[in-house]
Amino acid sequence: MATSESTAVLTAEGIGKRFSGVTALDGVTLDFRPGEVLALMGENGAGKSTLLRVLSGDHGPDDGHLVIDGAPVTFDSPRAAMAAGIRVIYQEPEIIPHVSVAENVFVGELPARGRLVNRRTLHRMTREALREYGFEGVLRPETLGSRLSPAQRQLVEILRVLTATSPPKVIAFDEPTSSLSEHEVDALFALIRRLRDSGVAVVYVSHRMKEIFQLADRVAVLRDGSLIGVEDAASTDENRLVRMMIGRDLSTLERRATQETGRVVLRLDRVSTDDVTDISLEVRAGEVVCLAGLVGAGRSELAHAIVGDLPVRSGTVELDGKPLRARTPGDAVKAGIGFAPEERKTDALLMQRSVRDNVSIAVLDRLRRFRVVRRAKERELVAEYVRELRVRTPSMEQEVRKLSGGNQQKTVLARWLARRPKLLILDEPTRGVDVGAKAEIYRIIDGLAAEGIALLVISSDLPEVLSLADRIVVLRAGRVAGALDRDDATEEAVLTLAIPATEDAEDTEEIAS
Amino acid sequence: MTTIAHPVSPFRRTVTAIGVQNSSLLLTLIALVILMSSLNENFLRTNNLLLIGSAITIMGLLSLVQTLVIILGALDISVGSMAGLASVVSAMVFTSTGSSAVGTLAAIGVGVVCGLVNGMIIIFGRVNPVVATLAMLATYKGIAQVISDGKAQGYTGADDLFIFLAKGSLAGLPTLVWVFLLVAAVLHFLLRYTDIGRNIYAIGGNDTAARLAGININRYIIGVYALVGVVAAIAGLLITARTGSGQPTSGSEGLELLAVTGAALGGTMLKGGKGSIVSTVLAVIILGVLNNGMSGLGVNPFWQNMATGTLLVVAVVLQQVRGGERRVGLPV
Repeated sequence: MATSESTAVLTAEGIGKRFSGVTALDGVTLDFRPGEVLALMGENGAGKSTLLRVLSGDHGPDDGHLVIDGAPVTFDSPRAAMAAGIRVIYQEPEIIPHVSVAENVFVGELPARGRLVNRRTLHRMTREALREYGFEGVLRPETLGSRLSPAQRQLVEILRVLTATSPPKVIAFDEPTSSLSEHEVDALFALIRRLRDSGVAVVYVSHRMKEIFQLADRVAVLRDGSLIGVEDAASTDENRLVRMMIGRDLSTLERRATQETGRVVLRLDRVSTDDVTDISLEVRAGEVVCLAGLVGAGRSELAHAIVGDLPVRSGTVELDGKPLRARTPGDAVKAGIGFAPEERKTDALLMQRSVRDNVSIAVLDRLRRFRVVRRAKERELVAEYVRELRVRTPSMEQEVRKLSGGNQQKTVLARWLARRPKLLILDEPTRGVDVGAKAEIYRIIDGLAAEGIALLVISSDLPEVLSLADRIVVLRAGRVAGALDRDDATEEAVLTLAIPATEDAEDTEEIAS
Repeated sequence: MTTIAHPVSPFRRTVTAIGVQNSSLLLTLIALVILMSSLNENFLRTNNLLLIGSAITIMGLLSLVQTLVIILGALDISVGSMAGLASVVSAMVFTSTGSSAVGTLAAIGVGVVCGLVNGMIIIFGRVNPVVATLAMLATYKGIAQVISDGKAQGYTGADDLFIFLAKGSLAGLPTLVWVFLLVAAVLHFLLRYTDIGRNIYAIGGNDTAARLAGININRYIIGVYALVGVVAAIAGLLITARTGSGQPTSGSEGLELLAVTGAALGGTMLKGGKGSIVSTVLAVIILGVLNNGMSGLGVNPFWQNMATGTLLVVAVVLQQVRGGERRVGLPV
């Protein structure tokens, strides 16, 4: 241990981070060594992104601290972390849309005489950087930021880091290959190896085992915010890492009892939108259908299209056997569909308003007499669902932003239960929710299915999908890759359908760009 | 669980009951009234108080509807021009038909159309509300000037309805004050007690959430702008009644800024979702008392402008400090 500490360029010591009561990181101690690729693995929500945000100075840790070259440091901003040589390359980098690639790369450090930017020097520097790092032909210095594909945006971010005046000591990549084509991945890997050989400490976050074993020297596994262990890549194997990631909790997740399912409530027939193609699926009353797939497969976009928030280009949506042509979410609500979107803080909740306002918003048309809201009836209804879903709040007048993530999500669920929909669409219902609340949300979903509501649940959490679903429909690059009955479903089977095989890579790229 | 009885001071209890915002506005108003009446013995006379009431009506009406638009998360700076256009139209239609009722209806019709146009430009043209209504501020003013050739139109000073509006009174209160109170009461009721009001707050608080919860937000935006048009037209009618003729610009120019001043002083949050009619009414009265008091003391009107501006800045700074905003970047 003493030797590793002496060689580490950066050490995280007992880092803990909580968000409104939910523990995102708990006592994580990890060192980052020069000339080494450290892979960071873990399921969605294990705390990888939070750890990166602590490293980059985006979040201050609640416990513990970072140590650089033996001295403890605190970063009060991303700028301070950059100055110390720590850079994080996120999946969705900030790109200024109306300026060129060259200006995007050198933003903040434009070559200038006085205040005048020297555009010719700028473009020459950009071309040189592109040549040096092997991205020639992938990017042009003149292209506007708004015209870049996701892969190109990421390359711009990488160039920003590499051309910075203070040379980076630690570079973290957050799932860099998810938007890259095979050719670009090769270039990126060559670059990462070069960085490592030049003495940079590289942190590499990925779900893809193959990549981990190609690149990593050590693998750190996080689960539920805790560091489970660090393995030498040479002496570990895939099974062992998967066991570390999933832990024993998997077996404790009980499968729902099978329900008698009823009539078909939702039927999609060859539905195409701008993001998905030829989607056909059915959800029956009392049935839970999970939409699985990688982030970006088009699951959320499909949900938004069903409720009329995005246009359906072709195909038909039927609700209870009748064609549904929802042009706005309002049409879908009237037809009997409830929708809890993925981003509950920005897309579902009125954060500054009370639990009562947030629950009753979708049922005001049933609570009014001559347009006057009947307050007593409203309070009665809200109280009923707050009690039923066990929303932990001092009173129904509490502002929603003061509740924990789990109770916020239960507030959204209460809204739709109060509406009594035929179909409920839940997009990532347990994201950012602590373990206890998760179990309660599963119980609620169970109860709804038992009452005969049809449920379409989007989730990236595989154990959750396996435990909840009666049927799993897997999307890949905007198309249905396959459907699994609960008895045939394993994590492996779902992942095999979700992850594009190599020959599919071209297709994915086309759809993504 | 046992309940522990906390000794709550009567002051605290009152403040909680009427809200911090309204309490501070009320205290400001009381302080201002005490100050003005100690400096000027005529200030508290009934005639002077009624004068204040009449003076704030037109600007106050526009502040009330501005509050509604701001709660929705938008802004309408064409209100003054709409009032001017409505004023000209009311007088011209009255002159050509001889009926003040027809003139009134025509003015309100013009208000509805102007408001609908504002709303549709914003929704279907995807134009930012400030830019859209800035353009319409110029357009409506231009239309009023073209149809009137830039001159005051007609003479309404002999018509019973217009006389009643300008100089009449009911139960001791001037008609003008009644109009203001009536509109305030209707808007207060709309915002506080109906689902329409709840949805307006919801849209201003988070329009995506409101949309996904099933609220037809386009319909609300267009509806609120149309309502603004109606109230602006009522303000225009009152301008006609008070001056005895249709005024394309005089009496209405600059009202849009006073309208925003009233709403902002009342604590309406410019990013939407928060605000109340009662607070705006208090703020409008404060502005009226300030102006009347300073005029009564013979203070130069230039100083009055400065006082209004300073009051607004101080009020908003206090609100933000209380809200605990971080001092980074542009405030919301």
